[in-house]
Amino acid sequence: MDNTTLTTLAGIMEYAVPILFAAIGENFIEKSGITNLSVNGTILLTAMAGFVVALNTSSLLLGFLIGALIGMAVAAVVAFSSITLKQSQVAIGFILATLCRDLAYFLGAPYNNKPGIFLTKTPIDFLVDIPVIGPIFFNHHVLVYASYLFIILAYVYLYKTRPGLQLQGIGERPAAAYNRGVNVNFQRYMYTLVGGALIGLAGPMYSLAVKIGWSGQLSGLDGVGWIALAITIFGGWHPLRVAFGAYFFAGLQQLGITLQSNTNIPIQILQAAPFPLMIFTLLLVNIGRAEWVERELAAMPEKPRLIVSKILRMLRTSPPASLGIPFERE
Amino acid sequence: MTVQEKSPQTTSLRSRINWLDLGLRVGAVIMALLITSLILLVANAQPLKAYWNIVLGAFSSTQKVSAVIASWVPLVLTTSGLLFTFTAGLWNIGMEGQVVVGSVFCVGAFRFLDQTGLDPWIVITIAFLAGALGGFLWAILPGVMRIYGGVNEIFGGLGLNFVAKALAIWLIFGPWKRPGVASMSGTEWIDPQFRLTYLPGTSLSPVIVVIALIGAIFVALMLKGTHFGLRLKAIGKNDRAAHLLGIPTTRYFLLAFGICGIFAGVAGSILVTSKQFSLIPDAGFGYGFLGLLVAMLVNYHPILSSIVAFFFAALSVGNVELQYMGLNSYLAGVLQGFLVLFVVMTNGVRQRLYKKG
Repeated sequence: MDNTTLTTLAGIMEYAVPILFAAIGENFIEKSGITNLSVNGTILLTAMAGFVVALNTSSLLLGFLIGALIGMAVAAVVAFSSITLKQSQVAIGFILATLCRDLAYFLGAPYNNKPGIFLTKTPIDFLVDIPVIGPIFFNHHVLVYASYLFIILAYVYLYKTRPGLQLQGIGERPAAAYNRGVNVNFQRYMYTLVGGALIGLAGPMYSLAVKIGWSGQLSGLDGVGWIALAITIFGGWHPLRVAFGAYFFAGLQQLGITLQSNTNIPIQILQAAPFPLMIFTLLLVNIGRAEWVERELAAMPEKPRLIVSKILRMLRTSPPASLGIPFERE
Repeated sequence: MTVQEKSPQTTSLRSRINWLDLGLRVGAVIMALLITSLILLVANAQPLKAYWNIVLGAFSSTQKVSAVIASWVPLVLTTSGLLFTFTAGLWNIGMEGQVVVGSVFCVGAFRFLDQTGLDPWIVITIAFLAGALGGFLWAILPGVMRIYGGVNEIFGGLGLNFVAKALAIWLIFGPWKRPGVASMSGTEWIDPQFRLTYLPGTSLSPVIVVIALIGAIFVALMLKGTHFGLRLKAIGKNDRAAHLLGIPTTRYFLLAFGICGIFAGVAGSILVTSKQFSLIPDAGFGYGFLGLLVAMLVNYHPILSSIVAFFFAALSVGNVELQYMGLNSYLAGVLQGFLVLFVVMTNGVRQRLYKKG
């Protein structure tokens, strides 16, 4: 494999990291039955805050910590408004998404384009020397290695542990979970906060490692949060499929970078390129449920019908049954 | 909440609760101001001075007041349009993109009809119709994708916002680029004869105020006093029940999106003919997003929304004055965001108190 291909593939592993954390963080929140639409604003705000704190304290760790804390605080507003006050989760999430974005641009303005500190690469000894695999997977900063572990842990937690299975129960049939003695709303609070912290980490991951620095509106981060949300849907609320979506999106970003250096397409157009694709993928995973598709299928001859419906079923994803619905004890 | 109560006892309860309502609303505004003041302190600025500068920036001269009104017009239109989709229980987050595409179609019509020698008013009318068509088409898309593709309209609309912006930029850098060099500052200006004339000494054309008022009144009448409005409301409350009662929900969903898009397209055309005179990358100026916030703040009430839109427009215009304090103009967005957030949250508090009381 030539060098450019290796760098591109390694770049994908790196660019996927913040999206992975944000999308899987959202995955935990949505599994519990809460939608948190604020992701895009949260990422911008924590990218700015993480950058500024790391710059002023010369501590990367504090930068990431403040990101997680802010993410948690924003998620706390979502949780309180939707669980305790029973307000529309979409409304609260959307308000927070714009509010946090404006807050980031307002407070971050004095720090636009300032040189800051950032995470350096720590290749893993021996492993990095393996041909092909080494340079792609093991020649990164520590966050990339953390992301490998994170995907596996998220999967194991959700599908192989008791609390993980309980979490699925809360999202699918909260009343049943409640009858078995689970404090549904308390658990929802907890998962929203934890997921919020994970989403909050995505910001500093950009500004301190993956897309170093803060330059306000020109940071090119506006929109990634919405992509992360779409990836959660595309991934069918399953960490491994979500991870696949994140790598796919990172691949697109890499393609964009390559195209930008070889052509003169304005960067804004390349940045918009993932969005039609986002719509298209959502169409793919949802269309199997549409009424007219079912009608058309029924009218098809046996053989193609079986094939088409099999494909549609494979693509189709279903949200947790109670997603967006407040839980009330009767 | 709007149940009619008749016994005297409940009347006194209601008046007490109205005081509570008022208290909660005022409390929400005070909270928003307090927390924004904190943010200003973090940014090393004196809050009171900043607020005073915003007031000055919005009202200290005829020119500024006219700018506030000129900014109120597109905001009233986007908010009014959104009341249709909100009433039907739909989230038209794609509003911003619909304003952009409205502007694109409007500028396109001017480019197409530039040399025809038609009467300017005819050309302007056609351009407005084109803008409305653009907004309409762009709004129907998320509706179609939701109904026939199962794609949640929030994501459909959001994605289309980004696509609309990319479309504008592609036009600015490609087919519609200025002779010579293309730049982010936009396409070539439309011919002066197609620009709406300002009142002397202001930056406000009276025609657009008339359009805004017609739009706002149209919405209030449609939603309050017609079969259409009532059915839309029924769908918004429970679309399955409405469907079972024989209301063609699919058609109403698409109509709500379409009407909303027409409002967006007209707003875009107004921005082209009375503010920007060309197509720029940020052709929506955030009016679509701001309209969503206003609609949420007034709990989807038509008349209140026009008043709050004026206040929000004043904030956005006055806010520009902050640059003399070394602050950028995102403060308005911060204050607006906190206002809506606290108002929505206090709605929840009120509902809880109602239940207990």
